[in-house]
Amino acid sequence: MILDFFIQDFIYFCIYLIIVLSLNLTFGFTGLVNLGHMAFFGIGAYASALLTLNGIPWYFAIPLAGLIAGIFGTMIAAITVRLKGDYFQIVTLGLAFIAIAVSRNWESLTRGALGLPGITKIFSNNFQFMLFAFFIAALIVVLSYLIMNSETGKIFQAIRDDETAAAILGKNTYAYKILSMAISTFFAGIAGSLLAHFLQFIDPSVFDLSQFIIVLVMLIAGGLASIEGTIIGTFVIFAVYDSIRFIVTNPELVGPLREMLLMASMIAILIFRPRGILGKVDV
Amino acid sequence: MLSVKNISKSFGGIKAVDRCTFEIKENTITSIIGPNGAGKTTLFNIISGLETADSGKIKLAGSEITNLPAYKIAQKGISRTFQLTKVFRNLSVKDNMMIAKKTSDEEIKKILKSVYFEKGIGTISSELSYGQQRLLEIARALSMPHSLLMLDEPTAGVNPKVRQELKTILRNLRKEGKTVILIEHDMEFVMGISDEVIVLNEGKVLKTGKPKDIVKNKKVLEAYLGK
Repeated sequence: MILDFFIQDFIYFCIYLIIVLSLNLTFGFTGLVNLGHMAFFGIGAYASALLTLNGIPWYFAIPLAGLIAGIFGTMIAAITVRLKGDYFQIVTLGLAFIAIAVSRNWESLTRGALGLPGITKIFSNNFQFMLFAFFIAALIVVLSYLIMNSETGKIFQAIRDDETAAAILGKNTYAYKILSMAISTFFAGIAGSLLAHFLQFIDPSVFDLSQFIIVLVMLIAGGLASIEGTIIGTFVIFAVYDSIRFIVTNPELVGPLREMLLMASMIAILIFRPRGILGKVDV
Repeated sequence: MLSVKNISKSFGGIKAVDRCTFEIKENTITSIIGPNGAGKTTLFNIISGLETADSGKIKLAGSEITNLPAYKIAQKGISRTFQLTKVFRNLSVKDNMMIAKKTSDEEIKKILKSVYFEKGIGTISSELSYGQQRLLEIARALSMPHSLLMLDEPTAGVNPKVRQELKTILRNLRKEGKTVILIEHDMEFVMGISDEVIVLNEGKVLKTGKPKDIVKNKKVLEAYLGK
């Protein structure tokens, strides 16, 4: 029973790790504050659900879900990445609301608020799924590390620090920002797909901004532009967020206390480490 | 090398650059001088693609580059620095140099040494002094493959030691036969290093000529030196 609980928690941790890491690629490493990031997580979840419900094997559906989210990410980026600072953030935030509205109202595709049940179970037990989720998360950690230490990754970081200077050194900053969004949204789609197959059910709540707040807190707590920071930040905030269940037994108090504890943890981290636990750039 | 013909640029009702025309010859150092607000940096930004010209044409080695994106102009061979340094603050010195050109550590150290940069290549750029950031930016601009180097007020805001080093760097570039355009307010420096001087005033080219002719020109003295 307790083991099952920890296995489930570890699966959630792996999914959160992928989504936080994917956000770090754009926000921390490229300086693109994409407030609509959960839209791509949701697109991945719905894409995987719909593909498998229509007979596509899960091992094709998961990468395809990432690809579909990545294609959406590329298209959105092509339109939006020329916008500077606040304008980009507001447009991407609007995207999150559009995604929620579409998932709720395109009933012939998504069944609206009823959600999509019966999504293919890909393993017979949670332990196997945990190993699979861990493998995917580890793979994405390694890929992120390789990307960010490659020439392309350094150019992402140069764009974050000074886009004009990067352009003047012959770098097509527009194309690189689109590439960064494409990679980030591909990973977000994979995370969404994992959630869909783990829960075997998906509904519009995957797009919720409250989820994005948790992801953002994990990222900021761990520190921007640091893969190690993302792992630690996700773990610490996830542990804080989940531990409340063991401390408070009144279900009415769990939710609000969780939110308070989450914010208190982030404030405490930022007081003592203004860049987050292992952050390399200012928040 | 560089041909600028009738370039104009307005910001609202203000004409920042007004039908500017001049030629930059190969293997020369040309200084652009003029009072504050004369349009020098705007002209630099237009040439390097950071601003678009309202009218006129710019050619680099015979190839038109007018209003191309900055990255394409850079790829065609224009390298530049800025009045306020633009190093990649969170990246190391080495990474800054590698963004300009992928090369070996030895080559990076050699270029850094040529501009009197004293810190290690692993140093994070934000930890450098302003003067060192200025030298790093010049080293980075030199590292990028280029045919024309544009320096926007390289001696601004740096201490006398770095200022002296910058003079030596430019003298060395001159010896190497590099083509350089320079915006600078240090007249002694400008007159000592330049082959040609272009004087801008209120967005227009007031005078072009050899340094010795410029210092004697009455219009220039009135507009720029206030005499």
